[in-house]
Amino acid sequence: MADAKMLKKVPVREQDPKVRATNFEEVCLGYNQEEAMEEAQRCLGCKKPKCVEGCPVSINIPGFIEHIKEGNMEEAYKVIGLSSALPAICGRVCPQESQCEGQCIRGKKGEAVSIGKLERFVADYALEHDIKPAGAEVKNGHKVAVIGSGPSGLTCAGDLAKAGYDVTVFEALHELGGVLVYGIPEFRLPKQKVVKKEIEKVKELGVKFETNVVIGKSTTIDQLIEDEGFEAVFIGSGAGLPMFMGIPGENASGVFSANEYLTRSNLMKAFDDSYDTPIAAGKKVAVVGGGNVAMDAARTALRLGAEVHIVYRRSEAELPARAEEVHHAKEEGIIFDLLTNPKEILVDENGHVNGMKVVKMELGEPDASGRRRPVEISGSEYEMDVDTVIMSLGTSPNPLISSTTKGLNINKRRCIVAEEETGKTSKDGVYAGGDAVTGAATVILAMGAGKAGARGIDEYLKNK
Amino acid sequence: MYKVLKAETLAAKIHLMVVHAPRVASHCLPGQFIIVKLDEKGERIPLTICDYDREAGTVTIVFQEIGASTVKMSALKEGDSFRDFVGPLGCPSEFVHEDIEELKKKKMVFVAGGVGTAPVYPQVKWLHEHGITADVILGSKTKDMVILEKELSSVSNLYVTTDDGSYGRSGMVTKTLEDLVTNEGKHYDVCVAIGPMIMMKFVCLLTKKLGIHTIVSMNPIMVDGTGMCGACRLQVGDEIKFACVDGPEFDGHLVDFDQAMKRSQMYKTQEGRALLKLQEGDTHHGGCGQCGGDK
Ligand SMILES: Cc1cc2nc3c(=O)[nH]c(=O)nc-3n(C[C@H](O)[C@H](O)[C@H](O)COP(=O)(O)OP(=O)(O)OC[C@H]3O[C@@H](n4cnc5c(N)ncnc54)[C@H](O)[C@@H]3O)c2cc1C
Ligand SMILES: Cc1cc2nc3c(=O)[nH]c(=O)nc-3n(C[C@H](O)[C@H](O)[C@H](O)COP(=O)(O)OP(=O)(O)OC[C@H]3O[C@@H](n4cnc5c(N)ncnc54)[C@H](O)[C@@H]3O)c2cc1C
Ligand code: SF4
Ligand code: SF4
Ligand code: FES
Ligand SMILES: [Mg+2]
Repeated sequence: MADAKMLKKVPVREQDPKVRATNFEEVCLGYNQEEAMEEAQRCLGCKKPKCVEGCPVSINIPGFIEHIKEGNMEEAYKVIGLSSALPAICGRVCPQESQCEGQCIRGKKGEAVSIGKLERFVADYALEHDIKPAGAEVKNGHKVAVIGSGPSGLTCAGDLAKAGYDVTVFEALHELGGVLVYGIPEFRLPKQKVVKKEIEKVKELGVKFETNVVIGKSTTIDQLIEDEGFEAVFIGSGAGLPMFMGIPGENASGVFSANEYLTRSNLMKAFDDSYDTPIAAGKKVAVVGGGNVAMDAARTALRLGAEVHIVYRRSEAELPARAEEVHHAKEEGIIFDLLTNPKEILVDENGHVNGMKVVKMELGEPDASGRRRPVEISGSEYEMDVDTVIMSLGTSPNPLISSTTKGLNINKRRCIVAEEETGKTSKDGVYAGGDAVTGAATVILAMGAGKAGARGIDEYLKNK
Repeated sequence: MYKVLKAETLAAKIHLMVVHAPRVASHCLPGQFIIVKLDEKGERIPLTICDYDREAGTVTIVFQEIGASTVKMSALKEGDSFRDFVGPLGCPSEFVHEDIEELKKKKMVFVAGGVGTAPVYPQVKWLHEHGITADVILGSKTKDMVILEKELSSVSNLYVTTDDGSYGRSGMVTKTLEDLVTNEGKHYDVCVAIGPMIMMKFVCLLTKKLGIHTIVSMNPIMVDGTGMCGACRLQVGDEIKFACVDGPEFDGHLVDFDQAMKRSQMYKTQEGRALLKLQEGDTHHGGCGQCGGDK
């Protein structure tokens, strides 16, 4: 291979933007074996790999890539499996540009090694070829309860099962996966092909799952411990409570939280006519916010046939979404109304949205987050012609568990207080991690917290 | 899977089912609800808990066929199952946490409209078991639609009224309530109204005039029922509340009923089409130019 070619990633095949804007099939098609082996050649196999420092679960990146170079995918999968239980998911949704790939040495001169796409390739290969994860050597009979089946709960449960524990996961919804099933859309993370299968692998480790159990309502943490014999509990209940702006008109018909819109489409499959749950697709949709969630809501609305505007109060540089998602959204024809902030939602006589009053913004001095604070430009108000508004302003932890568990401390953002290294909370035997502790973050950070919780619980029960 | 142990039709299009759901039965209290999902492709449908048996691990629901999902559910027979059944959701009625002696000093009246009669039953039953007999006004369109009369009369002081006068008193529930207070010497400290939103709205207008503190049980459109989506949000006084976790019961004099009623209509046309598709099955080939059934 010529050196110039080594500066760039092997391009990944994607569905054509015009075609994919009308379907819910996966956008990124991933590498095939040949492409993966070619891309793997770009890895320098660094002695002190920077990339690993950027990965929250410290996957041995040069290690697994080395096996790809040799075409030994099963070995590559085993290397990844030592650190991550959900590689097909992380390879797809990690913000690689700010994590592993952000640190890769190749990125200094050219493009970083496509670590995420390689990880995805290996994981998909394992799913297709039904390569099983290594199970527990000996069962130790100790019962542990895990609350929530998102990435933190799944990871904690998987690690504990591997260590021999008898683990039961309790999930409030009727499907397993947390945000992976109700939030992130099919076109980014296929549910049957990837999420379900990766959860199957956790089941194969011996983890039991009980859906339709809302801890705090169907039973409580104290009762799990006192009445059902669980010796430790891990809380991975996420940050699912949506925020609204508090502007006039926000309760109009046609105003949704991104969580509602995405739940209808992803969890309830409203995009598929053969399912019973309805969704108000909208003709002209404004999505307020600039994160991953906003991009997902916008691209879902687009696929349901709408003209879609992202309304974000800062500029392009501050968009918190993954770079790849912003790029894909633009390719598909999402319109970005940046430096724009909603003031009021206009409502017709039937109580339905028929417009949105917005104001233009400019960037002022940096605020506490270090980002330049947006300030209104006076007199710049105008009306957008929209029939649907999707609020994507962030979420906070649901108080259901903290309000029903004696002795569990929370901070002023309603997040559960837990130690980073072990997940230990203020309550004996109770551990926590993921979005429930940090507030809305990322899949891989939640997985890291699930691993930490498993270590903490293992140590606690061994010393008990 | 959650097995239906008993399925019974109480009146035209109104069904009672006893469902095996031990976790729900072991924790539920009056005022709470569950969410059922019939099958893989079903919607999540919220229904109030009408009765429960902790020992048997069963929960009783009563529902009315009004759209595609409730019509499909009505076909379930003894021995069939719901794919999902989750709860108890929402907060129990306020009075279950009150001091019983204080509660005994209050005169309570329940106003039940139509299928709203079902959720009233566990509340008055609970009170009865705690030595309190409340008055209940049961309103129905017509004689054939009166449900749970026998059950209610055994645990409360019951007044039945029908809109068309075919049974019991005649006229709307508001008429009976007003008659009881202004002409029949009744005094109430608390009114609990459960039924269609329009009924609860008019009961609240009346009780405001009569000066009776009023609790209503709101039934906005829900999805998850755990506080995750905000579909169920309501304006209550100057606050926005999520009915599924903050309610479903609220101070009726603070609820913005007009807004809530408009929000419940959000999926009207889609729901209508879903029902048509179900009723006409493969014979629904469109032609109306509206629903795309011919595409
Ligand atoms: C639309 C969207 C897109 C995103 N895109 C990305 C992305 O591209 N990349 C990325 O890295 N991150 C992304 N994120 C963030 C990421 O998904 C989350 O940070 C991550 O899922 C958090 O994992 P968790 O296990 O802590 O919680 P969750 O995934 O939220 O799972 C929590 C689970 O607990 C259950 N639960 C809650 N309360 C109870 C209870 N009382 N009893 C029983 N069960 C309960 C919930 O139903 C849920 O299933 C996105 C988030 C959203 C919403
Ligand atoms: C807390 C609560 C308790 C309830 N208890 C009972 C009960 O005990 N018995 C009973 O018969 N009904 C009850 N309902 C109403 C019941 O959920 C609806 O009748 C049912 O969802 C209608 O579904 P459908 O598909 O058959 O009708 P559709 O044709 O889809 O809808 C008909 C109407 O039902 C309402 N509705 C539709 N979808 C939902 C939804 N997901 N959530 C809530 N309302 C919806 C809307 O107002 C709609 O216009 C309750 C609702 C709530 C929120
Ligand atoms: S888990 Fe995420 S951060 Fe770690 S190597 Fe994989 S893609 Fe990169
Ligand atoms: S830093 Fe880049 S080149 Fe070095 S080992 Fe990691 S992926 Fe390979
Ligand atoms: S139904 Fe989703 S928050 Fe209440
Ligand atoms: Mg319906």
